[in-house]
Amino acid sequence: MTQYFGGLCAVSEFSVSLEKGELAALIGPNGAGKTTVFNLVSGFYKPTRGEILFKGRSIKGKKPHEVTSRGIARTFQNIRLWFDMTVLDNIRIAQHHALGYGLLDCFLRTPRYMRREREIEDHAMQVLETLGLAEVAHELPKNLPYGVQRMVEIARALSIKPDLLMLDEPAAGLNSADVDGLIKNIAAIHEEFDLAIWMIEHQMDVVMSLCSWIKVIDFGATIAEGTPTQIQNNPDVIKAYLGDETI
Amino acid sequence: MSGTLNIYWQSVIMFMGVNIILSSSLNIINGNMGEFSCGHAGFMAVGAYVSSVLSVALFAKSATFGAPLLGPAYAVWLFPVVLLIGGLAAALVGLLVAIPSFKTRGDYLAIITIAASYIVKSTIENIGIIGGARGFMGMGRVMDAMENTIHLPWIMIWVFLGTVFSVWLIRRFIYSTFGKGVDAISQDEIAAEIMSVNTNRVKLVAFMVSCGLAGLAGGLFAHILGYVNPGSFTILKSTEVMVMVYMGGMGSLSGSVIAAVAMTLLMEALRPLQIIKWVVIPLLLVLLMQFRPEGIMGRRELVDIFPGLRKFYTFKG
Repeated sequence: MTQYFGGLCAVSEFSVSLEKGELAALIGPNGAGKTTVFNLVSGFYKPTRGEILFKGRSIKGKKPHEVTSRGIARTFQNIRLWFDMTVLDNIRIAQHHALGYGLLDCFLRTPRYMRREREIEDHAMQVLETLGLAEVAHELPKNLPYGVQRMVEIARALSIKPDLLMLDEPAAGLNSADVDGLIKNIAAIHEEFDLAIWMIEHQMDVVMSLCSWIKVIDFGATIAEGTPTQIQNNPDVIKAYLGDETI
Repeated sequence: MSGTLNIYWQSVIMFMGVNIILSSSLNIINGNMGEFSCGHAGFMAVGAYVSSVLSVALFAKSATFGAPLLGPAYAVWLFPVVLLIGGLAAALVGLLVAIPSFKTRGDYLAIITIAASYIVKSTIENIGIIGGARGFMGMGRVMDAMENTIHLPWIMIWVFLGTVFSVWLIRRFIYSTFGKGVDAISQDEIAAEIMSVNTNRVKLVAFMVSCGLAGLAGGLFAHILGYVNPGSFTILKSTEVMVMVYMGGMGSLSGSVIAAVAMTLLMEALRPLQIIKWVVIPLLLVLLMQFRPEGIMGRRELVDIFPGLRKFYTFKG
């Protein structure tokens, strides 16, 4: 797919295919267009050219909430939780795609409404417990440390029961102890839930220890792809990150 | 009832009810959704006129519509239906604001809400059959018809029921997972959309609920006075309601109710000051914003301050 902003070609002829259960990374220098790729997939932008297929069906041009309800969840580079609502509410609201009741049910509190609200809350608590966040369920995210906010955001994305989880720089702004915890958590999530994970990441230890396949882009164009060892030794990648040797 | 409370206090209490409906319904938009609607009076006007015209045409003899279509005896039973139709009409006019809200927000949407309320007001002023700028009357006869059928202070009862109904409806809406989508939009609209909230649908529903209840309040208002004219639904009225919302605390339902009661009483208490009232009330607002900018309740509800109240709720909010 290709994306232009005005005359600027932000992403050019980008192509990737992810298999079920895969753990892949998308890396590249700042401004390479990584987040744009994520925004294209999550429906935030519509690609100028190209096609996005998910589970064999086109999701091109669908609204973000439609894309999400088909099973693609994501997190953001700068954490975007609803900071003035409890962690539990943050997870509950992410169940909007599967509410299963309408406005009238909500006014009349029909049995269906009561049942669904209970199920939603149980599901939210369950997700929090799986990720070891149960004790912060009634806290406001703005009062939590940064590392925990990250995990809450991942929990919120997971609560959608996605088939594809996209993490946009999950390790950004974390200290080294938190990064170790994050690596363990992502590995555990990948093990426990039946999903593919696709992440953008700058911290190479995260990428190298987790991902089986890496794609490198720069100025919107793909410059390399392969396994972690292949990427580490690829001269084009080193050039993109460190610049040309001749000055 | 009329023996124990004089007419003056009766009307103060009834306007309190109307103000509670207005402020708590505007709170959905200006408080929970974080938008800035300045046109609440316009939707109130729609409800006021639709329900007044309907009730006069159905239940009372008037110069405009001639003999009643149904007769005065039906008034007692069908009056709530008439009020609800007024509310529904206002909810439909609310689309005028709800649909632009898909694309704009903040100051731009505020201008659209003002425009919508002026569209309503000018339309009413230019429809001759409902009195135009002179106003519309005859609702007093409907009230009389009700009291003649069964001798009870009907308007008082309807205002009371309408107020309880509205607060109950709003409470159920904003505490549901569905309604919490409204808060999610106010705190981070992009996150809401990406986290599976159909933001357009939630906005549409929030605006329609809010405008519909404003219409219900308008219907009650018209029947309390027995007379409506477009001059009652100016930007001053919208501002009055906004003041109540910000005084109570944005996003706090109990705050809106408390502020509506307090403002109604305050305006009555300051009535002897006549025009100086409009110096004192804004001054109080300036002081409030200076020393307690989050309003009386902030974002909290009564149960957050008095946890003991929680046992009265059957379903936790």
